[in-house]
Amino acid sequence: MDGNFLTDAVRIDERDLSRLMPMHLWVSASGHIRSVGPTLAKLHGSGLVGRRFLEVFAVKKPRCAQSIRDLSTMLGQRLHICLRNTPATRWRGLAVQLQDDQGVLVNLSFGIGAAEAVRKHGLTNGDFAPTDLTVELLYLTEVKAAVMAELAALNRRLRDARREAEERALTDALTGLANRRALDLALEAAIASTARGRHPFALLHVDLDLFKAVNDTLGHAAGDHVLVHVAQVLKSVTRKYDVVARVGGDEFVLLLPDTVEEARIGHIAARIIEELERPLDYNGQTCRISGSIGVTLSVFYDRPDADRMLSDADAALYASKRAGRGRYTVHSLGTDPEDDRPDSGLVADWLAGQSGC
Amino acid sequence: MHGLVNRSLQCFLRDTYGLDLWTEVAGDTGVGEQGFEAMLDYDDGLTEAVLNAAALRLSKPRDALLEDLGIYLVGWEPLRRLLRFGGVDFVDFLQSLDELPDRVRLAVPDLETPELTLLRAGDDRFRLVCKAERPGFGNVFAGILRGMADDYGALALIDAQDAGGADETITIELLQASFARGRDFDLARPQGA
Repeated sequence: MDGNFLTDAVRIDERDLSRLMPMHLWVSASGHIRSVGPTLAKLHGSGLVGRRFLEVFAVKKPRCAQSIRDLSTMLGQRLHICLRNTPATRWRGLAVQLQDDQGVLVNLSFGIGAAEAVRKHGLTNGDFAPTDLTVELLYLTEVKAAVMAELAALNRRLRDARREAEERALTDALTGLANRRALDLALEAAIASTARGRHPFALLHVDLDLFKAVNDTLGHAAGDHVLVHVAQVLKSVTRKYDVVARVGGDEFVLLLPDTVEEARIGHIAARIIEELERPLDYNGQTCRISGSIGVTLSVFYDRPDADRMLSDADAALYASKRAGRGRYTVHSLGTDPEDDRPDSGLVADWLAGQSGC
Repeated sequence: MHGLVNRSLQCFLRDTYGLDLWTEVAGDTGVGEQGFEAMLDYDDGLTEAVLNAAALRLSKPRDALLEDLGIYLVGWEPLRRLLRFGGVDFVDFLQSLDELPDRVRLAVPDLETPELTLLRAGDDRFRLVCKAERPGFGNVFAGILRGMADDYGALALIDAQDAGGADETITIELLQASFARGRDFDLARPQGA
């Protein structure tokens, strides 16, 4: 060391400069490229040295550089630079003045577009200075994609699981009663039990009368209010081990084990209708509904079948409707249920004079 | 323990020893046949239970099972790629292990990883000290190092004999840095992959 370490300018071998900055350009005071870092040379191919810097590269920001003199006004600032013949390749750059009128040193980096450039030019770890975090950026991009894909897959699985759970659920969300699926399971179990000679049962199909009028005139909220009330009524007239299910908008099915005496069933059905017909208050408005009921009994069949029983209870229900609503009908094998079965008949006349809510 | 750890264990058992083994282990431990979700968290005890149940059913020492898990993990392309980002050759990769926990946290902030310290024990000898709250990570890392030495095409002796304590130590002796042609690694992920 023969110089003065306090005043001497830094001198560096060009190869070392390339290691430090594999994407640098040395531009002479005349505006010609004197040397190029190896990674930049790899991107562009040969033939950069000797050409005018601004013929090959365009400096876009902070201002367009028309001449090398323009560039010298942007020293130390963040430059946006691209290749003139492929403007899609965008770099960030920094230009600094060299001493002794040696021109300008421009260092480039990929910025956000690194992944694309790496893919396009087949760059490797060795094309970046060890201090450069571009490779970490690629790592992050890749790992983020992997984690996001995993999270997306998890969300899909959770969504499917929720759907499945909803399908498997046995409860009607609005009323808390059993739903159709729960009824099917209970009915299968009841039938299996009767097949072993135990626990004959009654199946009651209840359909609300005038419910549509409540919905149409007072809105769905009032309708929901009525349905919740109906659920309470049905629960209150049945026992703990009876199954009360909501199987449609305003349709309910009751499964009553060990209840096959028609007198008792008649009593229950009449009570249900009586309770349903009590006027119900909703925000100061009075809702009036009734119900029609169709009944069938497991003892009617040699081999009870779920679909058959539901269909027979439904037929009996429509017999009640045809007979004027607000009544119940017990299905009768081989005959038209309307003809020879008693019905409640208590409310039909009253209903005829009502217009709902 | 993070779901990623549990899920890795599940996939390793299923892919290496078959679905039947996994079903049995899942039954033993009450995990359920669907198993673990990679992005959810699970009780630590469950991971231990799965590991112990598998070791018992396979009549295989727990240490050996964990080491095989490490080798299996390197065979999983996305993870192999992420590990390969660590260095250009096997020694460079070893040197990068100190920052692996930080790298992992960049990816999955709540994934617990052991603290790793690489010590030089000679020209071609290293010791990797693995400090974790639970024992076993040392064995897994021994497996990972074996897998990665293969991946880089390096010939190395990797020994996790000291594993088992709070600080588990793995010794690495590099016999030949370029023994075979390593597997390819492009910085840019193949498009569509």
